[in-house]
Amino acid sequence: MKLIIKNGFVYDPLNGVDGEQMDICVENGKIVEKVDEHEAKAIDASGMIVMPGGIDIHTHIAGSEVNSGRLLRPEDHVRDVEAKTAVTRSGVGYSVPSTFTTGYRYARMGYTFLCNPSMPPLEARHTHEELDDTPIVDKATFPLLGDWWFVLEYLGDGLIKECAEHVAWMIMATKGYAIKIVNPGGLEAWGFGRNVKDLDDPVPYFNITPREIIRGLCKVNSILNLPHTIHVHTNRLGQPGNYITTIKTMDCVKDLASSDRPVIHITHCQFSAFKGDSWANMRSGAEEIAKYVNANKHVTLDMGQVIFADTTTMTADGPWQYTLYELSGNKWVNHDVEVETSSGIVPFKYRRKSYVHATMWSIGLELALLIKDPWKIYLTTDHPNGGPFTEYPRVICWLMSRKARERTLKKINKKARARSLLPSIDREYTFYDVAIVTRAGQARALGLKGKGHLGVGADADIAIYNVDPRKIDPSSDYKVIRRAFARAAYTIKGGEIVVRDGEIVRAFNGRTYWINFSGVGDPANKAFLEATENLRKRFREYWTVEFDNYFIPERYLKASAPINIETKGV
Amino acid sequence: MRLKVWEGNKRRDLSDLFDIKVDWSNGDEITISLNGDLIKVRMVGAQMSKGKIVVNGNIGMHLGEGMSGGEIIVEGYADSWAGGSMKGGRIEIKGSAGDYLGAPYRGSPEGMRGGTIIVHGDAGREVGCLMRGGLIRVYGSVRHFVGVNMIDGTILVHGDCAGKAGGGMRGGRIIICGYIPSILPTFTIEDIRPSVSIDGEKIPGPFYRFIGDIADGGDGRLFISKPKNPHLAFYEKYLE
Repeated sequence: MKLIIKNGFVYDPLNGVDGEQMDICVENGKIVEKVDEHEAKAIDASGMIVMPGGIDIHTHIAGSEVNSGRLLRPEDHVRDVEAKTAVTRSGVGYSVPSTFTTGYRYARMGYTFLCNPSMPPLEARHTHEELDDTPIVDKATFPLLGDWWFVLEYLGDGLIKECAEHVAWMIMATKGYAIKIVNPGGLEAWGFGRNVKDLDDPVPYFNITPREIIRGLCKVNSILNLPHTIHVHTNRLGQPGNYITTIKTMDCVKDLASSDRPVIHITHCQFSAFKGDSWANMRSGAEEIAKYVNANKHVTLDMGQVIFADTTTMTADGPWQYTLYELSGNKWVNHDVEVETSSGIVPFKYRRKSYVHATMWSIGLELALLIKDPWKIYLTTDHPNGGPFTEYPRVICWLMSRKARERTLKKINKKARARSLLPSIDREYTFYDVAIVTRAGQARALGLKGKGHLGVGADADIAIYNVDPRKIDPSSDYKVIRRAFARAAYTIKGGEIVVRDGEIVRAFNGRTYWINFSGVGDPANKAFLEATENLRKRFREYWTVEFDNYFIPERYLKASAPINIETKGV
Repeated sequence: MRLKVWEGNKRRDLSDLFDIKVDWSNGDEITISLNGDLIKVRMVGAQMSKGKIVVNGNIGMHLGEGMSGGEIIVEGYADSWAGGSMKGGRIEIKGSAGDYLGAPYRGSPEGMRGGTIIVHGDAGREVGCLMRGGLIRVYGSVRHFVGVNMIDGTILVHGDCAGKAGGGMRGGRIIICGYIPSILPTFTIEDIRPSVSIDGEKIPGPFYRFIGDIADGGDGRLFISKPKNPHLAFYEKYLE
């Protein structure tokens, strides 16, 4: 199918295009220089914004913990029901939507690529089954390797190369995309009902500290030449005073950065930016973190913005979720302790009038506004931990409009308002900045070559929003912005129109991206075969599945999109 | 204006399903009368804030769910979740009620916050689950788990209870005037009261008064009729 998108205001930061009025041509699912105007279907985008399809670097949309969340929250679904249409299936929301509904809702907002950030390796099959059922969007998923026994053992013995080989095998076995580390060491400790206190607190029964895990996996990441950096959920997440741990975590891999390329991604940073030593005097540590990030090039972050809504928190960080359960008194699920990680799920309501919740809301925005370079911080709500992804347009408004922030500030807890840094910040994001934090920056951080930009040769994933940047001033007309970003005028995925005027018009399978290492599992590699034999033995002794059933073959994915990587040293 | 309702998964006009007669003679006072067997009609009076609904027959699930005012009178049987999550108003059921009387939707912590539910017949399981306020009065008997997880409010049962009264309760009062096979082991006896007073009305006893549910750190009070439950007399030795 050929398409020509005419006269739109194009925002394409990776190619330096800032609101120029131009035509975009599409042929065979790719962006091309020119198409034959007589054959191509024309889309009139005059008075509209054209951006690359949105990319979400961190959103819990599939896997066993999300599914447990769905089971746990019938009361969440009953309020948000979607009937089927000629092209879509029925489903439910709100904070933990059904797989199909997740795909449709992201597509409606102009998003076309999602990263599911936490996949216990043993649950990889389940995760891929759910991702296969998430239509339209492309996706990638990150296996949790920070508390994987083999990794802890290899790193404890200082065997970085062997560890890299094992991690490469694990990523291929689980069809993953990047290394995810959650509360390094803490999840293993949680198996014994404990947690690690800080970066240098040894992990029980393993001769290793969280610092060594992070540094080790960072080195592994560089040996394997993975497109994304290590994706880190810090120790002490959600505890007052944890901003120091976050800065220490960022700093502990500083010497491993050899070029300008980042080596660590701190995810949902808002939850890791608390100052103070108790909930009563908890304050924002955003200023300190922003100062560090502004001065250093080896870090990227995402926001983890809080929305005042009734949502469901879920992380692989079991000990933190237990604390949250005790704080809230809500029902909860503790999951996967017997697997390689842990996880917890607690329904949670963020209230405007709560001092802590309002402060958390403020921290997320402070981070996004105080970090000067938008290429270093990306828009997320850590769906559904800070709020469901459907609220992204609201976050865009807060970033683009001081007035919108002030309006919410007026309604929040008095003490939180008095301590918030937001009134002192005048910065307002431009459309160009928004395009960076919602797609271009994330594409760069994820190392996606054909995504996040509209240059010739890129995948034709395009979002068109009905906002005229000449007429609309986002600073005062933020409600128009919110409506426009909530319902894309058009979403084009792989050269096909999937959304028109905020409604799905076509639905098909998106692809699953995973890393394919050439050379891993090569029968000529004797050391690797020995390691495999060892693995097979351990599986026989300790695991609930057979080793031969563990590896997910490529044919298992409905639409596989392997990225071939040449590793540096394995 | 045509009122749209769901029939299965289809949107229908209300008038396709019912004969509707309007009588303006009563002036401002709005009364909706429903006639026929409506056991499959759900959510009647949900979220209502004023006025009156009279059901001349049986009624389906979720009657008056989340209502904040007004009155509903049912001449027959009301199916499960009658008065679920209600905040105010009054529901009177002349027949019996199903399970989850006054209880929130599955998974929700939003129990009944206020208002009154009166059932002249029996009621099913989990009456007043997660209740936070208001009064439920059942003249007949109730089945298991009356007042489970309740936080505040009052449940008065004139008849018998099938057992496990007040499991997980953290506050509020449950009064059972009839027979109960046993008390949960996580309740401890406090004293014997001659009577209980509810909104000024004196319910004659005497009652064993239990405190619980201790497993949940609860401070709820469970009043059990002494004359109807001689098999519970062994608790009295703990009072000395």
